[in-house]
Amino acid sequence: MEKIATRMGFAAEMVELGKENDKIFVVDADISSSCKSDGFAKAFPKRQINVGIAEQNAAGIAAGLATCGKIPFVVSYAIFASLRMCEMVRQEIAYPNLNVKVVGSHGGLSPAADGASHQSIEDMGVMRTIPNMTVVMPADYWSARKLTRAITNFEGPVFIRFTRDSIPVIYDENVEFEIGKAHMIQDGADIAIIANGDTVCRAIEAAKMLEAENISVRLLDMHTIKPLDVDAVKAAIDKIGKIITVEDHNIINGLGTAVCEVVAEYGKGKVKRIGIQDKFGESAVYERLMEKNGITPEAIVKAAKEF
Amino acid sequence: MNKKSVEELKTIAKDLRRKIVTMVYEAGSGHPGGSLSAADFVTACYFYEMNVDPKNPTWEDRDRFVLSKGHAAPAQYAALGTLGFFPEETLHTLRQEGSILQGHPNMTCPGIDIPTGSLGQGIACAVGMAIALKADKKSARVFAVLGDGECQEGEVWESAQTAAKYKLDNLIAFVDNNGLQLDGSVEEIMPVGSLADKFKVFGWEVFEIDGNNMEEILKTFDSIKNSTTQKPKCIVGHTVKGKGVSFMENVVGWHGVAPKKDQFEQALKDLA
Repeated sequence: MEKIATRMGFAAEMVELGKENDKIFVVDADISSSCKSDGFAKAFPKRQINVGIAEQNAAGIAAGLATCGKIPFVVSYAIFASLRMCEMVRQEIAYPNLNVKVVGSHGGLSPAADGASHQSIEDMGVMRTIPNMTVVMPADYWSARKLTRAITNFEGPVFIRFTRDSIPVIYDENVEFEIGKAHMIQDGADIAIIANGDTVCRAIEAAKMLEAENISVRLLDMHTIKPLDVDAVKAAIDKIGKIITVEDHNIINGLGTAVCEVVAEYGKGKVKRIGIQDKFGESAVYERLMEKNGITPEAIVKAAKEF
Repeated sequence: MNKKSVEELKTIAKDLRRKIVTMVYEAGSGHPGGSLSAADFVTACYFYEMNVDPKNPTWEDRDRFVLSKGHAAPAQYAALGTLGFFPEETLHTLRQEGSILQGHPNMTCPGIDIPTGSLGQGIACAVGMAIALKADKKSARVFAVLGDGECQEGEVWESAQTAAKYKLDNLIAFVDNNGLQLDGSVEEIMPVGSLADKFKVFGWEVFEIDGNNMEEILKTFDSIKNSTTQKPKCIVGHTVKGKGVSFMENVVGWHGVAPKKDQFEQALKDLA
């Protein structure tokens, strides 16, 4: 299966969007060639502001651009885009509800060799708690392209997270997504798996393994964790009742937590969460880091059978 | 609109100061000291230099005003209310539930171009605005007011270097250099050195003036208009915290405290 990092999907779509809409600006903080906003910068040099290694300033500048009608994408590694810029994103982007897209490359454990300092395991949770903020993670190259376009057409602040490392391509160019709506990959009756980002491909593998044992799986790509598609979660509770969540994010305050909030308030349904076990990563091969945290098809199958 | 005279502007500045003291007194909280020190520059911006339309606060060709030291909100609100961005009576609702006059500026208030209150961030937003206006080839300018204590924030200097790199000669930053911050004097808490020299080496064109002197402020605006450099402009205005109210002047304790009734009455006498 072809593998490609989702930041490459972001790169390709930004160049297309830049041709169509001259309001789009990119605010970079020195790492454009790593986050892949450099293609846009080369194509539209006047619409790239590179502030150097100064993330908080980058966020404020993006806010200022947005007040003048621009659609700025402020781009960094997910860890810096969420935590280093955090208060600026809150005060100057989310509070005034400005049309700024905060782009985090290198999400989750995907900058595997870089180690814990660059692996972003808290970002979606942090962004999720900020009012007005929409939080998105595409599952492959094509969804990265389609969701980059979708957030551009969506008015308001968005945090979108890409992978540094290559992950399987699971969709094709005909796939479509709507912000805030779960994308059903397959329907099934015995267990619901809700995954996002680079774990969706693992959930697909798990679903195949379960189907081989006559366990029927409903599989949802929950690319938007805020606003969460509550109706899709409730439908899974009503029809199936058993949900496994899978994410490349700390087990605290990410997709699994968001689903659990719905389940708890709905008063029925059961959830098992698979994700990073509230511990920092380390330098290693990406697949090993995922194994160490139990984010594997085998672990999903095991969880399904233990219900 | 005919340009106002220095005397008229001084009268307006005094009126804004009375409004500031009244607003903070009625609210029972707020920041009189830094609002009073910045009042002359705020007056000069809104009643002399800036191109704004109270009836069309989001007019895209307007000059922008960013109160990076957002706690001085009463000074900006007083100017906006006097100009008619909102009914002047609204000034009596500062910090009350449901008021557009939040404790720190936010964009529900007509005339506020960006929310501020977290120090160091407004200037970054002002840089973004100046970049956007230049990209659109607009002649509108961006005026930003910073505190000297605020210049302890690293983000100010990140923004300063960006403004120089992008040759933002449409950006005018005023440092309300009153020498005091919440915990004490700037010199004692964290010396910032010569802010004029610092902005110079960061690539700005710097003017150092008495920031409470209306004539000097207006002359500086003229110098800026006549400047041919592409550098962003910084006015380091030496000011007196609590300016105009005898017992507040240069007293650290009046950073963020509302006057009591007798103090309020005394303040109005001082500003009569």
